[in-house]
Amino acid sequence: MHTYRTDMYEGMIAETIAVPGDGGELLSAYLARPLGAGPHPGVVLIHHLPGWDEWYREATRRFAYHGFVAICPNLYQREGHGTPEDVAAMVRGVGGIADDQVVADVAGAADYLRALPQLNGRVGVFGTCSGGRQAYLAACRTDAFDAVVDCWGGRVVMSEEELTEKQPVSPLDYTEDLTAPLLGLFGEEDRSPPPEQVKQHEEELKRHGKDYEFHMYAGAGHGFFYHDRGAYRVEQAMDGWGKLWDFLSRHLA
Amino acid sequence: MCTMILERVAVSGAGKRPEGWFELSHASVTYDHPFHVRLEHALNIDFANEAAGPSGRLAVELEPDSARALAEAILQALERGEEAGV
Repeated sequence: MHTYRTDMYEGMIAETIAVPGDGGELLSAYLARPLGAGPHPGVVLIHHLPGWDEWYREATRRFAYHGFVAICPNLYQREGHGTPEDVAAMVRGVGGIADDQVVADVAGAADYLRALPQLNGRVGVFGTCSGGRQAYLAACRTDAFDAVVDCWGGRVVMSEEELTEKQPVSPLDYTEDLTAPLLGLFGEEDRSPPPEQVKQHEEELKRHGKDYEFHMYAGAGHGFFYHDRGAYRVEQAMDGWGKLWDFLSRHLA
Repeated sequence: MCTMILERVAVSGAGKRPEGWFELSHASVTYDHPFHVRLEHALNIDFANEAAGPSGRLAVELEPDSARALAEAILQALERGEEAGV
């Protein structure tokens, strides 16, 4: 974890850039990085159901404050532009976005980071809610990541009935292909994913001998990091952030 | 996108926003994370005109019991209208 001292210099740049995604299509992305030559590790942030919103911009800057070159691509861009909420509602109304497209977009963002001169060559992926599921999926289906953080990603475990054209395979079925170490943060009161599904996921990770650590928080439900929502749980969130910085510093430094 | 519970229906009618009335093409009914109400999951309805892009929508987010009461009220009003022959 980054410990700030009052005699330290601090500075960052945060701005909207364009990054190649699926099929080379340029996507808007929010990039935040510490000022200076680095080298720094990189992190791709996968935004949640409410879209490419203010919380994710704050989170991107938070990663930069902690010493990462952080990028958060707008995964909903193909649905058009508007307020993040309106765009996200449109995506929700068409059954979400295709897993193949997300995986390619996120891998494109990782490639972009690796090409930056400030990078130390290592890149992690972080996501919450639907983004947690997609982070796991991207880490299983590509070799783009050196660490993955899944925060309460629902529907990692999917039944046959839940599969759709856009989401045709349960992420759980890709577990064998996971190469990066995984950190999972979950709430005991969450219904998506419920603790039983988290346990099922954990059993699959164990079965394949994967490097992972899961933390299940009592007194927390879905989205307990979101300080702008009623679901926020300060103690669990601060502990979770601490575990996240520790995990990423071990695997990306 | 954590539940992905979606019912999408084509609708014919109009909705009103501060800028005025607009034609509707469909309604998306989801039981998923709301944007505004302080619930983990809510019954969300987006009345939309797809051709108008992301901003072409009217949104409501309802607590489940309210959504059921609304659905019943809609059916009740339609039934009364049919009974009255109007």
